[in-house]
Amino acid sequence: MSQPAYTLDHLTDEERAVVRPPLVLNRRTMGWISSYISSIVEDRTPTWWWAAISVTVPMTLMCFALLAYLISTGIGVWGNNHPVGWAWDITNFVFWIGIGHAGTLISAILFLTRQKWRTSINRAAEAMTLFAVVCAGIYPAVHIGRVWMVWFLAPVPNSNAIWQNFRSPLLWDVFAVSTYFTVSVLFWYTGLIPDLATIRDRCTSKLKKGFYGILALGWRGGNRQWRHYEMAYLILAGLSTPLVLSVHSVVSFDFATSVIPGWHTTIFPPYFVAGAIFGGFAMVLTILIPACAIYKPLHDLVSIGHVDKMCKIILLTGSIVGYAYLMELFIAWYGADHYERAAFWYRAFGPYWWAYWAMMFCNVVAPQFFWFKFFRTHLVWVWILVQFPNMGMWLERFVIIATTLSRDFMPSAWGMFHPTWVDICTFAGTFGLFTTLFLIFIRFLPMICMFEVKAVLPEADPHYGEARH
Amino acid sequence: MKSIAGNPEAPVHGIAAEFQSARELYLAAEKIRDAGFRRWDVFSPFPIHGMDEAMGLKRSVLGKIVFLGGLAGFFIAVTLVFAPTSFLYPLIVAGKPTNLFTVPAFFPILFEITILFSAFTAVIGMILMNRLPRLNHALFNWDRFKKVTEDKFFAVIESEDKMFSGRPVREFLESLGGTNITTIHED
Repeated sequence: MSQPAYTLDHLTDEERAVVRPPLVLNRRTMGWISSYISSIVEDRTPTWWWAAISVTVPMTLMCFALLAYLISTGIGVWGNNHPVGWAWDITNFVFWIGIGHAGTLISAILFLTRQKWRTSINRAAEAMTLFAVVCAGIYPAVHIGRVWMVWFLAPVPNSNAIWQNFRSPLLWDVFAVSTYFTVSVLFWYTGLIPDLATIRDRCTSKLKKGFYGILALGWRGGNRQWRHYEMAYLILAGLSTPLVLSVHSVVSFDFATSVIPGWHTTIFPPYFVAGAIFGGFAMVLTILIPACAIYKPLHDLVSIGHVDKMCKIILLTGSIVGYAYLMELFIAWYGADHYERAAFWYRAFGPYWWAYWAMMFCNVVAPQFFWFKFFRTHLVWVWILVQFPNMGMWLERFVIIATTLSRDFMPSAWGMFHPTWVDICTFAGTFGLFTTLFLIFIRFLPMICMFEVKAVLPEADPHYGEARH
Repeated sequence: MKSIAGNPEAPVHGIAAEFQSARELYLAAEKIRDAGFRRWDVFSPFPIHGMDEAMGLKRSVLGKIVFLGGLAGFFIAVTLVFAPTSFLYPLIVAGKPTNLFTVPAFFPILFEITILFSAFTAVIGMILMNRLPRLNHALFNWDRFKKVTEDKFFAVIESEDKMFSGRPVREFLESLGGTNITTIHED
């Protein structure tokens, strides 16, 4: 077991209060952090894990089976049809890709703004980013219908020597999403290297030692290594910050650059980015709260203070989203364009009114509870309340896509969208895929960034214990 | 007691000392720096704030390398979008021109590819500058060194250093408050 390293024992309570409120509670030591977080990976697989994965793996298989059915039969097995040519497929794509944004926000933007509390949640949030982007990536790939033609998206000429249209937002999207996924993997892996070395140095079985040893690349933790490492991390954070803002902006260009009333608005990029962060933080809390309930000592690392801060971000971004909704309505009216006005009228009072008002409730009204500390600090309440953004952000994309397409310029071209069982089950299946990947992550990789948490302990400061002036 | 790690027949890699806290290591690093050693390093479970100055190291040049990587990415992207659109198969779509004035419509792809190349340069550059990946290292011969990724701190003065000599280095490290002073052999 670990030796008791440095504590604040030599300080009186008053002195301790002057020092910043600790990010790690119960005066946990470095040794404890290593051994507890590694033990999640090293211990025998718990029963709940098998129970959970025995539910999520069949869901994942269902997703894959339905995708095979879709590819072998055709897009007609979904409810997409004229005029709603984009429906649940693109709704789900935007929904999943948006969720990813919270992970990058935590890992990059909060890093650049020196928010040290991010250290205990960034690993899991980044993992969530990757898995959400995996789920998102399925949809644009399969919704093209003839999946074997997907190489048309790659920058190579087709058999008639015609190249891709690099001025098309759909191709921008391909570049943005694939870059986002690649850079997120690099960022995540870079953050993992020192922690993989920790597990390498702890494990006893040869097989595991080889596995983690190779992944850790031979990391030794010398300051000559840390020097370049910290620079690389800073640069990656600096690159990811504009990248994450660009990704959802580009996704919104798919809509905003078209001439469809209800899509053709300049507010889309910032409004999509705010919505993505809003929905993403809700998903981070949705998975972290149960994870910490299972591994109770993690509450010393991911404390109520963390949840409180994340709820505040949800409140902020939710309010930005609410502002965007109202501004959309205002501009539709103020712009005095007949079709634009009609599009928003149909959103609120047309056949999909229920989706619009449910979205309004979930994204604008429900987060307002987070003004009250009670709701930000009671985990059960937090978990219940963040389900509203989760649902609301899906509804938002559905409202934007299906409602808008169902009624464009000519009433003769109007039509309704109805999902089929394949739509519904494929979407449910992506949750299985997401959860399966997350469960595998928890079992095989340290779910909390150990070296960064150690670095925010008071004794990590080289001037710790010196007389304060 | 003279403790050694690794094969005693093999050449000496360096002499290592263990420290109990970031603060002890920091103070030791300042003294090793002032003593004039060149080939040495300190090892810790996490990056220690201010250690670069304590060791007398300059800022990492990785940033400049990444700039070059990003620049390369940018020019590759320029070629990728302009060569087909303006030269190989000019095609007017949605009334957008095919000449240089298409830059706004090309901006997203130029941006993404620049970021992609910069990120790869940052990660690969960091790994190579750290002389990684490698499967083994002399320091891994020392059992106590396993704790470096947990909660222990180490300083190592390498035999490559011009001022390196067995006994005086051991005594020097001991005078800095180092414990478990060990001679590390290669292999």
